[in-house]
Amino acid sequence: MTTTTTPAARTLPGFGGFTLGMLALELRRTVRNRRTVVFTLILPAAFFLLFGANSSYRQERIGQGNVTGYVLISMAVYGAMLATTSGGAMVSVERAAGWSRQLRLTPLKPAAYIAVKLVLAMIVGAVSVIVAFVVGAVAGAQLPASAWLACGLLAWGCALVFAAFGLFMGYLLPSENVMQILGPVLAVLSFAGGLFVPVDQLGHIFATAATFTPVYGVGEIARYPLTHAGNLWLAALNVVVWTGVFALGATWRFRRDTARV
Amino acid sequence: MTLIADEDRAARGVTQPAVDLDGVVKRFGPVTAVDGISLRIRPGEVVALLGPNGAGKTSTVDMVLGLSRPTAGSVRVYGRAPQEAVALGLVSAVMQTGGLLRDYTVAETVRLTAVLFGRPVSVVREALERAGIGDIGGRMVGKCSGGQQQRLRFAMALVPDPELLILDEPTTGMDVAGRHDFWQAIRQDARAGRTVIFATHYLEEADAYADRVVFVRRGRVVADGTAAQVKALASGRTVRATMSRPDRTALAGIPGVDPARVEVRGDTVWLPGRDTDAIARHLLNHTDARDLEITSRNLEQAFLALTGDDDGTGPGSPR
Repeated sequence: MTTTTTPAARTLPGFGGFTLGMLALELRRTVRNRRTVVFTLILPAAFFLLFGANSSYRQERIGQGNVTGYVLISMAVYGAMLATTSGGAMVSVERAAGWSRQLRLTPLKPAAYIAVKLVLAMIVGAVSVIVAFVVGAVAGAQLPASAWLACGLLAWGCALVFAAFGLFMGYLLPSENVMQILGPVLAVLSFAGGLFVPVDQLGHIFATAATFTPVYGVGEIARYPLTHAGNLWLAALNVVVWTGVFALGATWRFRRDTARV
Repeated sequence: MTLIADEDRAARGVTQPAVDLDGVVKRFGPVTAVDGISLRIRPGEVVALLGPNGAGKTSTVDMVLGLSRPTAGSVRVYGRAPQEAVALGLVSAVMQTGGLLRDYTVAETVRLTAVLFGRPVSVVREALERAGIGDIGGRMVGKCSGGQQQRLRFAMALVPDPELLILDEPTTGMDVAGRHDFWQAIRQDARAGRTVIFATHYLEEADAYADRVVFVRRGRVVADGTAAQVKALASGRTVRATMSRPDRTALAGIPGVDPARVEVRGDTVWLPGRDTDAIARHLLNHTDARDLEITSRNLEQAFLALTGDDDGTGPGSPR
């Protein structure tokens, strides 16, 4: 679209303003944030070394790998979750700083902004999974070759649930340090969803309740290529329902946010 | 110095008004922030939106930028809906506060703006230079002073090379030197023919930098004139004195006194007029007046003088 009143042709950018240039700048900014790096890249790997890399776990077999590998997948899921949640929750900080309002003085469409945030969250999530897997491989985790790939992809892909969760919370919570709230929440959810301790070790009632929590499905699916155990359909249903819930919540808050003009 | 619309500027945007507000009303619940403003701004004008805090300046600016929708009336910017004009880069703004991320550098912030507007990276350098922050491009935004951040907002606003630049209280929180430098940069820019609207409650800023001043009070335009008129208002002063048995008629006859506005209360008199020095000289030479005091009108009084609305509750008042 061009105007006739101006000497230079004025056009709207394509894709609502979604560009690789913006993605690159946002990525650089994310990486610069020390807290993000510690939480999403170092913490999951450290947890893995702490809880999963001891010699008895390395000896103990599970499926075609070892327990160390099993723990590694759980921790990779945890890392991807942290990464995508904090990626989504960035909107909270940016709203608090008035940046969202500033962006409304540009051609960037709100949907493109969300898309940038999601892609960014998934990039950081992928790096988190890769870092965890590299540390795991060095520290003695054993998985069948196909499972390395499949588990990694599933851990990463399913973490999209938490990108939606982060967005929802980012819009819901006005706080500037929203991750200080969400970090502990994710830890509790991870525990409840059997990421830190297998749910069946905690009794029948707990195990049943766990299947309804949002982390459960992601963990089950990501570990499936190794364990071939558990109810995959139930896990898939869990992921779909929670993705739906968080996405709806984020959409609802997002609509309110853009309508509040 | 006053900026005057010249041929160049007029030529830039043919016939279309830059901004056309028609009966614009904005209510927030029971509060009426803007109470029926109609205003047409021609391309090339440098307009000050002048008014005290809470007059409805920011609400008006927000509507011109498409950040909020009017409750009633219409807003067109270069004949388009405000949001469209913003997206096309026809209009950009330097907002009062906020709108910056602390963990970007100055240059990155401007580059991101350029990316969003689909402008080449070369405009970044230029915008930084023109805003006078070419030397701090690598600094984190969080480490910049208030004045530097304001210049950064200005640099961002320059990126789309807008026809219309809107400044909302741009120098709030700046020191005198910072304020001067900032306006220097804006003025440099306006010479090139850009239309500029700035909201301010500093009469001196309106006087120094605008060629048209729109007075807003209680959500209404109460006056719309040249900067020269503002200056005349601003220079209006009053001599206050104490004297025995003041005679109103005699006082009104003193050369230079505005007879209609002479006030006498007990033995205190107020004598407003153009030439307060002459009034004071007369009082001292020809009467027993003592305790003389010459005061300038403040902005609020200037408004009152201009509008004759001195009951303090204008029609736009929510109460």
